[in-house]
Amino acid sequence: MRQVLEIVEREGPVPVEEIATRLGIAAAEVEQSLREAQEQGILLHYSALINWEKGEAEKIYAFIAVQASPEHGSGFDKIAAYISRFDEVHSVYLMSGMADLMVVVEGEDFREIARLVAEKLAPAPGVRDTATSFVLKTYKMEGEIVTEEPGNHRLAVTP
Amino acid sequence: MSGQRFVAQRMRAVPFSGIREFFDLVMAHDEVISLGVGEPDFPTPWKICDAVVEALGRGMTSYTSNHGLPELRAAIAGDIWSRYQVEYNPAAQILITAGVSEAMDLVMRTVLDPGDQVIVPQPCYVSYVPCVTFAGGEPVIIATCEQDDFKLRPDALRAALTDRTRALLISYPNNPTGAVMARDDLAEIASIAVEHDLLVISDEIYAHLTYEGTHTCFASLPQMQERTVLLNGFSKAYAMTGWRLGYACAPEAIIEAMVRMHGYTALCASTIAQVGAIEALRSCEDEMRAMISEYDQRRRVLVKGLNDIGLPCREPKGAFYAFPRIEHTGLTSKEFARALLLEEGVAAVPGEAFGESGRGYLRCTYATSLEQLQEALRRMERFLDKLATGDVSLEEPAPAPI
Repeated sequence: MRQVLEIVEREGPVPVEEIATRLGIAAAEVEQSLREAQEQGILLHYSALINWEKGEAEKIYAFIAVQASPEHGSGFDKIAAYISRFDEVHSVYLMSGMADLMVVVEGEDFREIARLVAEKLAPAPGVRDTATSFVLKTYKMEGEIVTEEPGNHRLAVTP
Repeated sequence: MSGQRFVAQRMRAVPFSGIREFFDLVMAHDEVISLGVGEPDFPTPWKICDAVVEALGRGMTSYTSNHGLPELRAAIAGDIWSRYQVEYNPAAQILITAGVSEAMDLVMRTVLDPGDQVIVPQPCYVSYVPCVTFAGGEPVIIATCEQDDFKLRPDALRAALTDRTRALLISYPNNPTGAVMARDDLAEIASIAVEHDLLVISDEIYAHLTYEGTHTCFASLPQMQERTVLLNGFSKAYAMTGWRLGYACAPEAIIEAMVRMHGYTALCASTIAQVGAIEALRSCEDEMRAMISEYDQRRRVLVKGLNDIGLPCREPKGAFYAFPRIEHTGLTSKEFARALLLEEGVAAVPGEAFGESGRGYLRCTYATSLEQLQEALRRMERFLDKLATGDVSLEEPAPAPI
């Protein structure tokens, strides 16, 4: 299953037949792997990786380090689940080190993110402190270096 | 102004490789999808480049010993031991060269006296025959064929032996056929080598790119190390073609003679390339495995695709080439390659560039992205349709002015 997932992780919804050919296994086996991965919540969904800095729309991102008060029995799970509900929140992680939670948010402009932090995150029950850092420029995202133009320096025919 | 009269007689007998001829044709066209490339499409792993930049900063810019950096030779000895359990003494049995290409030239000039014969199974890499010729030897060609999966047959080897046979040159996994030879196949060759006291020169540059079974290092066969010159390098497995770095492992006396020649002609292999190679062996096994896994997936796509569109192709088990048969189209491989290029903008190398026995075949590299392979297959299918309906012009164009 791992090889199948590695292919779709990088390339998205590749036809089952093609995956089967590439890995030298039966199409049914590929189908089963994908189905099981979906059922078990391993494969969540297919999406595209877009560098909005080059794209049409303006999108900005911020990393928000959140200090929170853990609850007896559930730790940070409730506050993390609460924060996760906001559409602007891109991802939420429980961290080791300085912050308890790291929240990545995306918005159309600075004000949208500021409003989210000031009006929703900071006052949320259990949140003690937030420190917001805006992304100024993206160099690499999801394993992809985005600052370089792809180049091919090979000659067309070599021995 | 041509200066032709100053060029030695012996050079006039050696033409440019068939690849070079085809290269010029391809370069005249835009938007070509090339399956004609004999090198990885991946850049060298970043760790290697970074180590070299750091070494340049430290001023690693002088000559090394003629043999090559001791640390690199030790790393190579360790690598060969861990993969094949063959033990080479890094101080006396390993020479670092400018790619296998230089090593091949050195071996031939080191071991051949005038008129000595070297048996060369074909199809094979383009430099083997010229290297034998340059060294004053006489190449004796054995044609391998598709029915035998392009392996060297023991009976064919026996039939080619004469009292002037000095050496046998083998290369598995093979460029251009992708053929491999398993341990049992090689054992039969080995016993003939013992019987006739042959030196075996084994170019194993594609060793790591073996997709089915495991690669057998020829020197790992019983009694073979003492009569084997093992050649390998960093170009294919570590995507380091432009670094020009290879090596030879052989009994002391052969290495000693090769080092003498190498010392006078090349002095040493590029120092920074040697630094990069040390890093490759130290830290890039994962990167190499990832590239091999990619090639393996592309291999299956290309081989299935070629068979599906009607170009029969045995499964290549190593290297990164498919070698489909095109004879039944009624075209020679040169005509096929030229027309495919002109009609559909796909470049693949005519099989005869690798020897007469490659006639009727085409070498297609799968060291190129899956999208490109899939697009190339679509174009080739369209080309075959046009061929079937007689819609392809096979007129030789007038030669371009130079």
